[in-house]
Amino acid sequence: MQSVDRLLDDRTPGVEHEESTANVLSYTTGLGLAVLLTVASFVVAQTNLLWPPGIPVGLIVLAFAQIGVHLVFFLHLGSGPDHTNNILALAFGVLIVFLVIVGSIWIIANLNWNMMEMPH
Amino acid sequence: MTIATVDFVPTELARGRGGGGPAPTRTVVAYGFWIFLLSDFVLFSGLFAAYAVLSDNTAGGPTGAELFNLRSVFIETMCLLFSSYACGLGALSAERRRLGHFYISAVFTFGLGAAFLCIEISEFAGMVSKGDGPSRSAFLSAFFTLVGTHGAHVTAGLIWFIYMVAQVAAKGFRPHVLRRHLCFSLFWHALDIVWVGVFTLVYLMGAR
Repeated sequence: MQSVDRLLDDRTPGVEHEESTANVLSYTTGLGLAVLLTVASFVVAQTNLLWPPGIPVGLIVLAFAQIGVHLVFFLHLGSGPDHTNNILALAFGVLIVFLVIVGSIWIIANLNWNMMEMPH
Repeated sequence: MTIATVDFVPTELARGRGGGGPAPTRTVVAYGFWIFLLSDFVLFSGLFAAYAVLSDNTAGGPTGAELFNLRSVFIETMCLLFSSYACGLGALSAERRRLGHFYISAVFTFGLGAAFLCIEISEFAGMVSKGDGPSRSAFLSAFFTLVGTHGAHVTAGLIWFIYMVAQVAAKGFRPHVLRRHLCFSLFWHALDIVWVGVFTLVYLMGAR
């Protein structure tokens, strides 16, 4: 009777079907945390709850926290051996994104500084 | 000459790091799609960098604080977040072969995604009709390119999702259909991650 299953299933032979680690609870936890962090971002941006010069830093921290929540609870990026390659690729991606964004801001800030009118 | 046939791979060895034989197709497909998503993040990083560099160059035109309506941005954010959540629940129902639950979550995934897009389009249309289109200033060029590219991704995702639901309806939960749906879920969650960057850098910091 398992012939139909065999036909439809192109799993690698010998490899057991793995139950996904995802469940309703993990998605709901992720949703709750993400809503909390989003509301916190909007509140921080529109009030003076934080020391005003520190607000951009606070917003960036909240954004990174939320991205972490999305990666763990929605994309299910874990620490298991199946995820080794995913994590390595992510680390490389983060490096490139960081170089492009921070590098651009740094270089252009320098250029702007050099373009300022000098007193004669 | 004899060809060795492997008819038993110990499951505890068949995991990661290349040891113990091939990984399950699902793992390999998800990895390949993850690489694509990371390349998409690199694309967005270029647009984020352009926006960060140009956001002060308003050329006498309106600034972000004058243009952005944070109330509608908050509604947009919630639409996309709950759409992502519904998509996750849809993936679970697909894994458990529950067609009814899958269709219900599909309605919410699509509906909330479409609501996000409608709010964004009406925001863009309002700005362009007041003469604050992409040609007004370098700030607005960067704004429309960044937010518009994200919107284009959402549009493509919605079209892909219609196609995905049609495949489930026509073929049922076959393994290759489930793998395609897994890729769609990854794409949809990744768009939400990009949106976290957009609402933080563009809207919340720009409206100050």
